[in-house]
Amino acid sequence: MSIYSSLPAPKYSDPEIMYAFYQRLFPFRTLFQWLNHSPTPSNDFGHREFAFTLQNDAYLRYQAFPTADLLRKEVLRLNPSRFEIGPVYTTNPRERKTLRKASAFRPLAKELVFDIDLTDYDEIRTCCDKANICHKCWSFVTMAIKVVDAALKDDFGFKHIMWVYSGRRGAHAWVCDRRAREMDDQKRKAIAGYLELIRGGAQTSKKVNIRRPLHPHIARSLDILKAHFQTDILTDQDPWQSDERFATLLKLLPDKSLNESLRKKWESSPNRPSTSKWADIDSLAKTGASRSLDRKALLEAKQDIVLEYTYPRLDVEVSKKLIHLLKSPFVVHPGTGRVCVPIDTRRLEEFDPLGVPTVTQLLDEIDEWDRREGAVGGGNGSQGNGSQGNGNDDPANSQERRLQDYEKTSLKPYVDYFRAFVASLLKDEKVLKRERNEGGADAMEF
Amino acid sequence: MIRQDFARIDPKRRATFDHKRKQFATASYKPQEYPHRLNFYEIPPTAEITLEEFEQWAIDRLRILAELEACSFRNKTPAETAAHITPLLQKYLPLSSNTSSSSELANERKKDHYSHFILRLAFSATDDLRRRFARVETALFKLRFQNDDARERQAFVETLNFDWEVVGDDEKRELGAELLQSTPGVRRLEDENWFKLDWERVPELVEGRRVLLKRGKAYVPMREQMSMVVSEFTARLERSLELTSRALPRLDEDDRLSPILSHLSKNFTAPDSTYSDSNAHIPGAPINAGSIDTLSQSFPLCMRNLHMTLRKNAHLKHFGRLQYTLFLKGIGLSLEDCLLFWRQSFRNITDDTFNKEYRYNIRHSYGDVGGDANRRGRGYSPYSCQKILTEHPPGPGEAHGCPYRHFSTDNLTALLQATGVSDRDVLRGVREDVEKKRFHMACNRVFEYAHKGEIKKVKDDGTWGAAELDTIVHPNTYFKRSYMLKHLGAVKQEEAES
Repeated sequence: MSIYSSLPAPKYSDPEIMYAFYQRLFPFRTLFQWLNHSPTPSNDFGHREFAFTLQNDAYLRYQAFPTADLLRKEVLRLNPSRFEIGPVYTTNPRERKTLRKASAFRPLAKELVFDIDLTDYDEIRTCCDKANICHKCWSFVTMAIKVVDAALKDDFGFKHIMWVYSGRRGAHAWVCDRRAREMDDQKRKAIAGYLELIRGGAQTSKKVNIRRPLHPHIARSLDILKAHFQTDILTDQDPWQSDERFATLLKLLPDKSLNESLRKKWESSPNRPSTSKWADIDSLAKTGASRSLDRKALLEAKQDIVLEYTYPRLDVEVSKKLIHLLKSPFVVHPGTGRVCVPIDTRRLEEFDPLGVPTVTQLLDEIDEWDRREGAVGGGNGSQGNGSQGNGNDDPANSQERRLQDYEKTSLKPYVDYFRAFVASLLKDEKVLKRERNEGGADAMEF
Repeated sequence: MIRQDFARIDPKRRATFDHKRKQFATASYKPQEYPHRLNFYEIPPTAEITLEEFEQWAIDRLRILAELEACSFRNKTPAETAAHITPLLQKYLPLSSNTSSSSELANERKKDHYSHFILRLAFSATDDLRRRFARVETALFKLRFQNDDARERQAFVETLNFDWEVVGDDEKRELGAELLQSTPGVRRLEDENWFKLDWERVPELVEGRRVLLKRGKAYVPMREQMSMVVSEFTARLERSLELTSRALPRLDEDDRLSPILSHLSKNFTAPDSTYSDSNAHIPGAPINAGSIDTLSQSFPLCMRNLHMTLRKNAHLKHFGRLQYTLFLKGIGLSLEDCLLFWRQSFRNITDDTFNKEYRYNIRHSYGDVGGDANRRGRGYSPYSCQKILTEHPPGPGEAHGCPYRHFSTDNLTALLQATGVSDRDVLRGVREDVEKKRFHMACNRVFEYAHKGEIKKVKDDGTWGAAELDTIVHPNTYFKRSYMLKHLGAVKQEEAES
């Protein structure tokens, strides 16, 4: 089922292609506004750490830039294969060594981030493994996003959450509310712990251990996940179809004599699909296969199984630390060439990771557009566009403005989504700032 | 527009005092009272005490704190800890309630107050000491808070001025079911009251999913008050320790207190869980990349499991690599051999990938690269059982951690049998230990079984005393002892004792 293994590893991070991508398509201006939280450059952006992975795989940490243009210039100069975003520090990260005391350099704020990676699902996904993904296993990510997004919004009251496709086999979340950005490590750890459910290593047989009654967060998640379990797990993944595999299911069920009769039944009809096996549990329980059956324990065990196969598996270490770096949105994944685009959670089910545009595809689209429009418009050469500061992705209001390069491509909806996201974040920041200023003034006036 | 500087005080209203007179006047302090048994230690002591009292009080408190720390290293449950500490507290640092009508009431509280501040001076110098001090002081406070009389505790809490909002009856009824679901142990709404506040104030409760969360507000049941008070205590203590450390240089010239203080901080060590490099190496033992397979016979179960997983998958995940690398460093494997060992073990990856993704981390563990502090400290020290048991529980696909703690019983038994422990009694004993969460005991039980012949021999010879056969609380101690027992003839006795 893998889609990459058949191809020879293509050179997506070809320096020339990357250069053209940064020059013509990367939304530097919006990225700046997103991290700066206001139109005028401030320390929120200026003291923010960037880390570049260069073409020769050298890793450059502690880079910082006062403005979007300077960031763009440096990216074009270094032409990194990807770059990551870290926290805002107390001082400019470039000057950290000039400080007299090393302890004066510490992280102040960063978006709360989450990382979901399909490799963590390897023991329960049957379709692919390692770096490979298909539509079937992407549904794990869809489920995870639904559950985490609901918890962050309803329970913690966060509003500005952006989900980003990581370019290959996972997704990142950036929670950008001021309240989230300013949390220390302990609070981040608390949220990670609140969301973490599946615990235990390769040798723990039962990975979900929760108390009853179910906490409202778990109960809500279970409601969300139940429907997915029927279709995405039982039908698509079919995790217990083969004879070796149903043993793992039996291990998770509590009643010994019921298990015995289930085993007999399943051994007599090899390769019975998981959907039927799942139904067998209840039907055999009803016929009284076990006299000492504890129905409540069975129900709870079944709930635990649903959770074990569907509940988000987060890489919590990423979320716990303020100083953790995470790949920036809109960079290109070097292995696949796909752009790390934001995922619109309102249309989550429609998101297709395999349909996300690759760099080469995007550059072709620009050429295609130019050829078409050039033929129609005649002489409106948009070739010169690239050299005139195209990092400015703010469309000018003049009527005769040329289209931005991204608008000619299938990247447009993603950039537009990002801009709308940043705009609503900035709106809230403005209100907060005004309140703070007024509050400050009031306090002074007695 | 001219901006007014609000911070400046109107000259007419400025307090007028003669600064000279103020400077040379003897300070006069309000004598301190202790209305409550518990103390948040906000105000430093101001009265005079003798040097003897200074030292004696500090030593008494230190004794309690050291015991508390030892309890946590031995993984004792809160109940066991309380049972262990209470008689000691009675003896060294009694603290009676208001109702006890003890004549010593004021003195007891004074001693508690002063000794706390003396130890603050002694333990604020380094980051490590500060952290440990804050941890054990918190444990002590928690213990006392639990034992306090309910009414007095309430009175104490009210003086702290937390701004929490009590959940009204209407809201309570509206959220009824959810409140009950999120508060384990409460069956009826009438039995409990809740208050709500920003969730950031109760991170511990949020982490354990023990409160209801709604749009950023946490609904905390009244009886969880303790967790809040305690976390507030820790937060304030950490902040003031930070401040104390900055004021500490003022004591530099002093020759009466500084010796006492440095002496105190030196004595606050936890001997049983640290493992120093000096006793790591076994002279003459052939420890190199090729011998690890043979040596792994003497590894504790956690490391054997890592080794077996590594051999099976030709890979280990990050924390597994870290735990195992540090252990190997601890048994005396050189950096070159360690790199060679990992390179050979990861047989499915290319040299390029290995150099890019793994080499740096191994070198970092040895202190060969990284920040100044890391290089000077020669990397991290090998993990103790305490650390392995409490930090970073293994997640999906990970093999690190302690098998006694992180394995299901069946898998643990299977692993033990695979490593040659098949004795029924031992397996049953291990199962019982694990059920009681005495993971050390389980591990030591297996050790004693695996070396029972040799242990008997050295005991009979009298060559090894009780100290050499003490409970093992560090994987590297396990290896060293095991290796020496298996090679009794080869390793000379005087070296074993050094």
